[in-house]
Amino acid sequence: MPKTITIDPVTRIEGHAKITIYVDDNGTISDAQFHVTQLRGFEKLSEGRPFTEMPSLMARICGICPVSHLMASAKACDNLMAVKVPVTGHNLRKVMNMAQIIQSHALSFFHLSSPDLLLGMDADPAIRNILGVAAKRPELAKDGIRLRQIGQQMIELLGGKRIHPSWVVPGGVNAALTAEHRAAMLKEMPEIKEIVRRALNWYHPVVKHYQEEIAVFANFPTLFMGLVNKNGEVEYYDGTLRFMDSAGNIVSDGIDPSEYDTWIGEKVESYSYLKSVFYKPMGYPGGIYRVGPLARLNIASKCGTPLADEELAGFRSIQKGPVSSSFHYHYARLIEILNCAERVEDILKDDECMNPHVRAIANPNCFDGVGVSEAPRGTLIHHYRIDENGLIKWANLIIATGHNNLAMNRGVLQVARHYLDGLNPKEGMLNRIEAVIRTFDPCLSCSTHAAGQMPMQIDIQAPNGEILKTITR
Amino acid sequence: MAANGQIKIFTLKIDGKDVSARSDQTVLQVCRENEFFIPTLCHLEGLSNIGACRLCMVEVAGQRKLLPACTTMVSEAMEVTTTNDKLAHYRKMTLELIFSERNHTCSVCVSNNHCELQFLSQKLGINHIRVPYRFPKFAVDASHPYFILDHNRCILCTRCVRVCDEIEGAHVWDVSGRGIQAKVITELNQPWGSADTCTQCGKCVNVCPVGALSEKGRSVAENTKRSGFLPYLTARRKEKI
Ligand code: SF4
Ligand code: SF4
Ligand code: FES
Repeated sequence: MPKTITIDPVTRIEGHAKITIYVDDNGTISDAQFHVTQLRGFEKLSEGRPFTEMPSLMARICGICPVSHLMASAKACDNLMAVKVPVTGHNLRKVMNMAQIIQSHALSFFHLSSPDLLLGMDADPAIRNILGVAAKRPELAKDGIRLRQIGQQMIELLGGKRIHPSWVVPGGVNAALTAEHRAAMLKEMPEIKEIVRRALNWYHPVVKHYQEEIAVFANFPTLFMGLVNKNGEVEYYDGTLRFMDSAGNIVSDGIDPSEYDTWIGEKVESYSYLKSVFYKPMGYPGGIYRVGPLARLNIASKCGTPLADEELAGFRSIQKGPVSSSFHYHYARLIEILNCAERVEDILKDDECMNPHVRAIANPNCFDGVGVSEAPRGTLIHHYRIDENGLIKWANLIIATGHNNLAMNRGVLQVARHYLDGLNPKEGMLNRIEAVIRTFDPCLSCSTHAAGQMPMQIDIQAPNGEILKTITR
Repeated sequence: MAANGQIKIFTLKIDGKDVSARSDQTVLQVCRENEFFIPTLCHLEGLSNIGACRLCMVEVAGQRKLLPACTTMVSEAMEVTTTNDKLAHYRKMTLELIFSERNHTCSVCVSNNHCELQFLSQKLGINHIRVPYRFPKFAVDASHPYFILDHNRCILCTRCVRVCDEIEGAHVWDVSGRGIQAKVITELNQPWGSADTCTQCGKCVNVCPVGALSEKGRSVAENTKRSGFLPYLTARRKEKI
């Protein structure tokens, strides 16, 4: 008799999510679905608002990665105004975007995932958290907290506020950099590099114990997508879109972000409010692709900075062609932090960063504008249409977690198949389902819950709705 | 003022303190001169007073009702109370009702950090709105080439109406509807952009205490205003006449 297993709620993720695992008559798993049960409606509520409000309005989508939304939104508005943003305006936005990547990756790696890696996936959930890490390896926890603090402070120095700065505006930024803030940020870059170096030294030997997880944590062929700059290097803020297939062939390149909808399709599934995004030329669901740190490092020719490129060589040696296991998102995050610190240093060392001309002023000149940037979790697309007075008529957002939706679903299925034996989960299945989701660091995962366990419940349900078995912890 | 138009000097008590005032002054003016704090929203130095917002309510000995300080003239031996629990209660309630009437989301408002309503709410310690919000649906009028009108944030203080009529002399603005239906309109309810009478001087935008009127192109928290120009402008005009 076919049965349904439901995991509800999945926590330590922002928003509400639920997992259903379908078991068929033979006791084998037929499918798994990751449901996002929350509807935000930001696209709808922006209708009729002046476009100049959009960056701040859209930043409210998320309390952890508001900066990413600020970037994509401001870039869409730049295009509505059809202005050339001053170079320094762009560069300062880049610094803020990278500060955001640094702090968000720190949160994902140190606060959310290091407990699993340090204490083991099967450790008691009561201690499997950042406090447990602090008890067992205080310097690791301290490094994580410090790294996050540096990223947050940089955002505050630039924008005057940690969480929702209104400094990023259509046309650029609304205040030039001060010498004092420049120095304060530059001073921190060496420490970031040291922290990442220590984290890598710890991570490399530890990861050897996780071969089983590496093999089944969303480890399958997919396409990868992200931005690259004109040299084909990793890009977080500008550039063009590139798709790479699972064999490492670049299948589409140089895509102007404004043409995203020629290449990217969105499908609504009845089981989730999160749209499933796919690569149009390969159809749905064959056009499954991943974005984010793993994808960015896979598709780019290099990072473009010395320390990150050294480490990228190690990443590339994991396997021939693109790295396929989502477990390696963790490694990719550390490399990206390094890359961001080096790039921030480059921008801030150049005196051009002090140029007071940081904003272009204009009325709207185009009725349609697309803005794309790389959020910590992957490519973020904002697309707006306005009327002749500059009021929003229509908005479409594609967030990183949407691009990864198909892969996350399939990752959950892969882990469930490996760790579920009939109706009986093998030891540690719940932990690993939660851990595979966490490798993607889904945007609905961002918030809080850095300490504490994920309360999970699996209902095994008969087709008539009768609960045959409930497993809780 | 005395019947013969002669200005007299009165002595009155404010919060128990003796102060002197000219007979052509309002209670608000005298209080401000003597540094007694009274919150106001519809009052603006340089414009006529209409007593619309009711924030400046004070107690006057011998009067059963509270009186608005901005429209009450001083009188001899008047005893005024500017601060007590009852007044604090009424002022808070008034602000809460203002918030509940429209859609104020400060964090994404052009006037965030530059807003008189926000400033007063912080000063008077408003941290909850105890009445249900009405969530009205108002379209934004962005038809003007330079300015935006967002009714969602309008508090109906009518400063825009008065400045346009009394100072600029264009009288573009009016209030239409009554009670909860009231809203400011331009040129007898035509889109602002099509108002031929509008001289595009921007005085209304600069006197608006909140984020209802703003310059186009301003982002969140960028709606700084220059309302101090008014007394200066009126004084200069009087000199010329
Ligand atoms: S007008 Fe003032 S109180 Fe209203 S939303 Fe804007 S800042 Fe807040
Ligand atoms: S638009 Fe501004 S100035 Fe005019 S009534 Fe409304 S709040 Fe007052
Ligand atoms: S200031 Fe007196 S009623 Fe508004």
